[in-house]
Amino acid sequence: MKRLLLGCLLAACCSLAQAHKPSDAYLTLIRDDAALSGQLDIALRDLDNALGLDANGDGDVTWGELRAREADVAAYALDRLRVASAGEPCALRATRQLVDAHTDGTYAVLMLSGACATNGPTLAIDYTLFRDLDPQHRGLLNFVEHGASRSVVFSAEASHQVVGGEAAGPVAQLATYLHEGVWHIWLGYDHILFLLSLLLPAVLVRRAGAWHAAASFRASFVDVAKVVTAFTLAHSITLTLAALGVVALPSRWVESAIALSVVLAALNNVFPVIANGRWLAAFGFGLLHGFGFAGALQDLGLPSGSLAISLAGFNLGVECGQLAIVAAFLPLAYCARATFAYRRIVLTGGSLAIATIASVWLAERALDLPLFAALAAVR
Amino acid sequence: MKPLILLLMLLAATWSGMACAAPYVPADDRQVLERLPEKADPSLRLLRRMRSALAADPRNLELAAALARSAIEASRATGDPRYLGMAQAALAPWWNDPHADAPALLLRATIRQSLHDFDGALVDLDRVIERTGDGQALLTRATILAVQGRYDAARADCARLARRTSALVVATCDAGPASLAGDADAYRRLAALLARSGDAASVRAWSLTLAGEIAARAGYDAAAEAHFAAARALDPQDAYLKGAYADFLLDCGRPRDVLPLVDHDVRNDALLLRLALAERAVAGLESSYAEHAAELAARFDAARRRGDVVHRREEARYRLAIAGDPAGALALAKANWAVQREPADLRVLADAARATQDASAQKIVDDWLSSNALHDAHLALARSAP
Repeated sequence: MKRLLLGCLLAACCSLAQAHKPSDAYLTLIRDDAALSGQLDIALRDLDNALGLDANGDGDVTWGELRAREADVAAYALDRLRVASAGEPCALRATRQLVDAHTDGTYAVLMLSGACATNGPTLAIDYTLFRDLDPQHRGLLNFVEHGASRSVVFSAEASHQVVGGEAAGPVAQLATYLHEGVWHIWLGYDHILFLLSLLLPAVLVRRAGAWHAAASFRASFVDVAKVVTAFTLAHSITLTLAALGVVALPSRWVESAIALSVVLAALNNVFPVIANGRWLAAFGFGLLHGFGFAGALQDLGLPSGSLAISLAGFNLGVECGQLAIVAAFLPLAYCARATFAYRRIVLTGGSLAIATIASVWLAERALDLPLFAALAAVR
Repeated sequence: MKPLILLLMLLAATWSGMACAAPYVPADDRQVLERLPEKADPSLRLLRRMRSALAADPRNLELAAALARSAIEASRATGDPRYLGMAQAALAPWWNDPHADAPALLLRATIRQSLHDFDGALVDLDRVIERTGDGQALLTRATILAVQGRYDAARADCARLARRTSALVVATCDAGPASLAGDADAYRRLAALLARSGDAASVRAWSLTLAGEIAARAGYDAAAEAHFAAARALDPQDAYLKGAYADFLLDCGRPRDVLPLVDHDVRNDALLLRLALAERAVAGLESSYAEHAAELAARFDAARRRGDVVHRREEARYRLAIAGDPAGALALAKANWAVQREPADLRVLADAARATQDASAQKIVDDWLSSNALHDAHLALARSAP
């Protein structure tokens, strides 16, 4: 018994029975809404490999030598551990440095604390510690949220992982993504402007080169329903295909094409090419907008364990947000449809304004120029 | 005795949980936290210099290959897998290139072999052999094919080695798969060559180790003892040799002789396993056994957490003989058998099948024995036991 206790006491400083094992680091991350806390244990041998801790070159790493490099150790580690939520980075800092014994030697322990700029349903983590020095290195993450924990292994082949968002249960998860979907369409001005461009003429009828007020609410309603259904069907198809990784398009291409679709839809109201078959345009361009939604969903992150729930929730959210816009628009537009102001100021002027804004987006996105980033950045 | 051991293991585990796992701030700046491996082995310092030279010129294959070779050698000599990672890092510019130069492919295959990615290693070796007919590549491929139980293909590679290297290397390459395919003459040829060859000590040590293993399987205990003793005289620190000799001693019922052989090798999981197996069989070592058993449990757990599979054979043995988990042992032994099929892999599968009365595993063992002429004296002995 004595020998046993002695063995362990020694292990606390320099284990006698230290193992030879491949390089691992142990990461614990605890998420509490936007706040993050945690701990990162890194083997001193690996840190010495990367940073040269043994200042006096005597083959021993002392506490004094490690303490002197505390800032370097933290900077090196946190530079290779990137956490983001809803596409925005979460700032992490090391608040304290301690040490601990593991089976293969002593580790530096960094106590972590941080916060996310936005609080999306998931965390996207990029872990590249020691990837260049030892491709066999693994980062073993224990992620804790709502009291439930989950293990994730980072490796050179799997350095990007998404965690969180599934501990809350399927109903809460559906609600979270539904909420994100609603806000995405409300804050994604390009989708709203596209939809409005298609809806503005819905309360009118084009006859002999001029707009006339639609005869019945029913006719307007049917026209709106056709446009909205076609748009929904199309973007649901591409959103699903892109979220499941079946199809992937470069986001700059997609975003530019979406801007172009808004320009074309708006100009069509001023110089009509298709007047009464706008649902076809809604379907065709809707396919593009689906890729745009998928990009936003990717920023949020999909929990790997329950992809279907999150995807369905997000899509439903987009539809709900869209229906709310339609419900607000249609009665107002119907009442105003016969006025000069509606036809000249709202339809023509509004469409020209939309086309102008969207042209700027198109230039920005296609040429990668920040012209008026403030408006376009809300995605 | 069993409950006592269990209690001790439990205590060891709780104690290590309490005392060893809480981060702390050392009281004294002079406290030594880590002794770097270079301190004990100055030859490892050379690796550091080679690394900084390569860092200045990372696409220089000559520098990279030299570093990778030295790092692979260091991992073999010390049993420390971190050096394999260092070797892989040196080869980074060529690691995913199927058309890399032959030296890079050969080193990549060696690293993949060490990580038990046998199929990946074979793809690389096929390419090297097709391009250059390199002797080292042939020898490595023969070794992997034999591990996979593909004895005829292994022997064909050994035959192609003739006239490229010494007769002893060719005979050693061939003797393993030959003995497993039922060719008893191969061992006699090897023993005869060993008696008169003047090869380098490293080659002789390797050859003697293999001869010892073949003799042990055949039941020639005296000859096996002599081969192992001669090998140990040439290379007393070789970890593979120590493991093979320890297994032989355990099979012969000589656990006491295992203790001095491996008691300084507790860093090496495979040798710590042999030490614990020996301690279990010797009266009066209960506390040390419990400590080592708990340490093994912690290490296998750490390996599982990172997703490693290279220790499945050892972990199956551990679960069967130490942890008292025959079902877990069987699952590991079966998974291991799908990857490697050496006599030791068959042994642990047969033992686990017997302990669990698992008919499907038993059938795998029986089928393998009947379709191959493999003879293993200790396996036969164990199987005839009630």
